[in-house]
Parts: sequence; structure tokens; C-alpha cells
Amino acid sequence: MSGPTVVMGTRASRRAAILGLASVALLATVPAWGSAGMMRFLVEVLTLLALAQMWNLLAGYAGLVSIGQQAFIGLGAYGLFVLTDLALLPAVLPVVGVGLLGAAVSLAVSPLVFRLAGGYFAIGTWVVAEVIRLVVLNTPQVGGGTGVTVQALVAMPAAERQALTYWLALMVGIGSIVVVALIMRSRLGLALSGLRDSEVAARSLGVDIFRAKLFIFLIAGVGCAVAGAVIYMQLLRIQPNAAFGIDWTARMMFVVIIGGVGRIEGPIVGVAAFFLLQQTLAELGTLYLVILGGVAIFVTLLAPGGLWGLITSRYPVALFGIQRRLLLGPARPIEATPANPGGSP
Amino acid sequence: MEWVNAVLQGALLGGVYALLATGLSLVFGVMRIVNLAQGDLTILAAFVAVSVVQLTGLGPIEALALVVPLMMGLGYVLQRGLLDHSLGRGVLPPVLVTFGLAIVIQNLLLSIYTADTRGLNAGAIETDSIRLSPEIAIGVLPLLTLIVAVAILVGLQLLLSRTGLGRALRATSDDAQTATLMGIDDRRMFAIAMAIALGTVAVAGVFLGIRTSFGPVDGPARLIFAFEAVIIGGLGSLWGTLIGGIMLGVAQGIGNQLGPAYPVLAGHLLFLLVLAFRPQGLFARRQERQS
Repeated sequence: MSGPTVVMGTRASRRAAILGLASVALLATVPAWGSAGMMRFLVEVLTLLALAQMWNLLAGYAGLVSIGQQAFIGLGAYGLFVLTDLALLPAVLPVVGVGLLGAAVSLAVSPLVFRLAGGYFAIGTWVVAEVIRLVVLNTPQVGGGTGVTVQALVAMPAAERQALTYWLALMVGIGSIVVVALIMRSRLGLALSGLRDSEVAARSLGVDIFRAKLFIFLIAGVGCAVAGAVIYMQLLRIQPNAAFGIDWTARMMFVVIIGGVGRIEGPIVGVAAFFLLQQTLAELGTLYLVILGGVAIFVTLLAPGGLWGLITSRYPVALFGIQRRLLLGPARPIEATPANPGGSP
Repeated sequence: MEWVNAVLQGALLGGVYALLATGLSLVFGVMRIVNLAQGDLTILAAFVAVSVVQLTGLGPIEALALVVPLMMGLGYVLQRGLLDHSLGRGVLPPVLVTFGLAIVIQNLLLSIYTADTRGLNAGAIETDSIRLSPEIAIGVLPLLTLIVAVAILVGLQLLLSRTGLGRALRATSDDAQTATLMGIDDRRMFAIAMAIALGTVAVAGVFLGIRTSFGPVDGPARLIFAFEAVIIGGLGSLWGTLIGGIMLGVAQGIGNQLGPAYPVLAGHLLFLLVLAFRPQGLFARRQERQS
């Protein structure tokens, strides 16, 4: 059949899918043979991956630079406490409930923060996170300034709790990639790609920008809340200043910047780079964070596509079949072209 | 009477918030970027004052004569060397670069000055007060702070409206490209705007440092107060910013009266109320939203 067709998959994306499924299968067997330390580490990696995917969705695609996502992590943590220890729900249900909480809160605050644009939106989300932190800090029922420990989880046998946490982390980490891929393959994804490249052009083509952004803000709220709950299933001790700390958002931002903003592969590469840097530089203490901030600045200025951008500028591969290519003539498999050559989202 | 005092104290503090807000909105007005590192630069100025006081034996207010030019120079260099390169490529790069800068400054301060909180001691002026009635007294320092703040705002207003430099700054703010056609070096204007902003913010940082103790991680709070004063007062008006700062100070003063946990929260709530019901700010010069 001739005539133009739209193709999303590439040979590389099909290979990557097989490789991806294989790694998921391998990760799924970890509880059978992995040490407790390794599982703890993987929970950290997978939850950070999920957070970074959410932040990339916000900043990289929807142009919503939020520095208040810690609000949802903290809500996830406290939601976990309230639903397990106060409402006495069995372990998996609270995580679902926390997702609903994230959705409700992001819908509730969106009319306020969406009145602000660009950098002012960023600080607006931050203020919202601060307000929630201060309210929690002054609520004695959830421990006030000293915080709480999730007793029901402490009471669980350690191996059982660890396995449960690991499974949930795996679902959250892999789920975040699947969700982003599905969104990008959908009609909304097309709208978002347009939005990322030029908001004015997208609007002129009839994209409902507000709705697209709102939907992404909602998804990110749910994702961050669920990831927050899983993170605190492992940490068990919740303190308001840590749970609502800006460090969470700084970490997501760093991962996304290093990996590549506005690309689904970015957070995956970024998480690997982040933990590599952490393992090698962590003993430097505060200087480590100075280096991290410096790296973020220089990557933004000199290599705005991040590590993944550097890789694809040399080897044009797309690991996910989410980029639409118009084929004139009969459909045939071709390799991907380098995405977004300039690299700036 | 306690309440009158709280409102009065808050109003006097508002001048400092107006200075912080002016720094933020000047940079936004001219370059269209929001400087997320401004809070940490404010704290940096206070720490520089600590060092200047230690080295020279001057009082913190006299030390301003050194701190302000230093911060202005830093602003000029930062803009030329770093922030300029993030311009013209969309919203994301300036936000990421200034956020990265905030993290760098905060952690550099932590490693140089440790996490201990510091204070700036201005001597007797801190406790002197003028008694208005048996119950109401105005501290000399808060009054001086407000006077200095207003003086700086008047000076800035005159600079912007009466001088050639001010005209060039306003032209760059209105349309940088067209301003370039008229022979204005827009990059130089950007650097000058950043220098003025950091000079303004340095004064605020030192006065806040005399008022309360501070630590390396207090920058974000300074940024948020600046931002709230900008939004409450409305974009694009120096006097709106002053009133925004004063209202924020009053809200915090009233919150303080309710309990030690509430001053900051009360300020946030006022900001959210303004955002919900009058998003253009209380004293906006223009109705439409700048973005």
C-alpha cells in the first residue's frame, strides 16, 4: 500500500523492548537471590527513576517547571502513615489511596499555581509545598515537628516488608516508564511534543494547552505521591522537614538535566549517572552538592540535551517507539532520525 | 495594643521585603528571568557582611559600604559570565541554571561557614526605641530599615525615570531587540540590572541579618518572601511592590501574634488569597499578565 503513513516504532525500539522486558524479568527475580542491601538500593533507584520520569513529564514536555513536587512526596509519606496506622488498611491499599490523594491535591492547587507562568510558576509550587509542610508541622495528630513512625510496617516481619516494598518500587519504577510511553504515543503525547517544541505553534493548531498541562500536572502529582509512599515504606520514619524537603525536587531535576530533558530515555540514563556520581563523590559531603549543582548548570548551558542527547547526536537510536515519523510511500522499517537536533526542548 | 504593635512591627519589616521583591522584579522586568538563586545571594550578602565586620571591625551598617559594591560586582559578573548564556532558549534553561546556582551557593556557604546560625550586631541601635504612647513603641532599627528601604526605592524610581541609563533599562525591558537597534547594548543592560538587583538585595540581607539570626540554608525563605511581595503588590510597579512588602510584613506580624508557628504561614496564606482572588496583584500597573 502506498501513500503517507505514520510510523512510531523503529528496529531499535523493538530490540529495546525485548531487552527491557528481559531486564524487568531479571529485576523481578531479585527478591529470590538479592541481598537486603541490594534490594534497599534498588528501591532507591527505582523510586528516583519514577520521580524523575514525572519531573521530566512536567518540565520537559509540558513546560511546567515545578520545584514543589516534594509536596506530593510528603503527602505520599503522611498518607501512608494515616492509611496504615490510623485507618488500619492492609499494606497495598494505602499506596493506592495515596495516589488518589495526590490526584485530589494536584487538582485543588492547580487553579492557583496555573495563574503563574515560567519561573513564577516554579516558586508558586514551592510556596504550596511550604504551606502543606507548615500545616503538617502544626498538626499534632501526625506528630507535628517531630514526625511519626509507621508502626504497622515496623511490626511486619522485616523480610516480608522488604519484599513488598521492593515489588511496589519495581511497579512504580517500571510503571512510570510505561505511563510516560503510553502518554507520548497517545493524542495527548502529540500535543505535548508540539507544546515542547513551540507553545505558540501548538496553540495555533488547536491544542488545548491548559487541559494538556493540567492532565500532566495531575499525573505527576499521583506519581510523586505513590513514589513518596513507597520511599517511606522503606524509611519508615517520617519527619516533616525531610519529607517535604526541596532536596527531593533538586534530585529529580538533577537526574533529568544530566540524562536529557524532554526525552523518555533521559531519566533512565540520568538515574544511572546520579548513582554513579553519588557512589564516587558522596564522601565529599557538602562539596558533593556543590559539584552536583555545578554539573547541572554546565550541562544546561553546554549540553542541553543531556547525556542522552550526546549519545543520540552520535548514534541516532530511539529506544522507545514514541516519536512519530511520516513515511511518504510504502511503509518500511527505517531507523530513527536524531530527535530534536539542537537539543533544546 | 499588642495588636497595634504587631501590625506596626510588621509594616516596618515590609520595607526589607520590598527591597527583596524589587531585586526579583527588576531582573524579571529587564531579562524576563526569575532568579531562583536570589534568596541564597541575599544570605551570601549577610555572610559577606559577617566577614567584613570580623576583618575590619566596622559595624554591620557601615559594612554595607563594602558589601553592596561587592555584591553589585558579583551580579555583573554572574550575569555576563553565566546567566547571559541561558537566555533566548526558552523558559527552562534560566530556571535550571539559577536553581543550580542556588544549590552551589547554599552548599558553599555551608562548607565555608558551617551550619551554625550567625547574627550581625549593630550595637545599641538594636534596642533603642521611640515611645509613641505608653503601650506603643517603635524600634529605631526597624524604623531606620524602612527609611533606608524607601530611600532606595525612591532612588531607583528616579534612576529609572530621569536618567539616560534608566531610559535604556526601560527600553530593554520593553523590547530588548528594538532597544539594540537604537544602539543600546542589551547584554550590558542585563548585567547592570543584575548588579542593581543584587545591590538592593544585599542591603535587605544585611538589615534582615541584624534583625534575626540566619544560617546558610535560609536562602529559600528569603526568595519566597520576595516572590510573595511581588505577587501581592502586582508586577511592574515599584510602589505596588512596597505596599506588597508591607502587607506581607503585616500578615506575618499578625501571624506572630497568633503563635510562634504562624508568621510564615500567615504570609503564605495572604499570598494564596491574592493569587486566588486578584491574580494581577493588588496594585498592578497593567491588567494583563506578563509571562
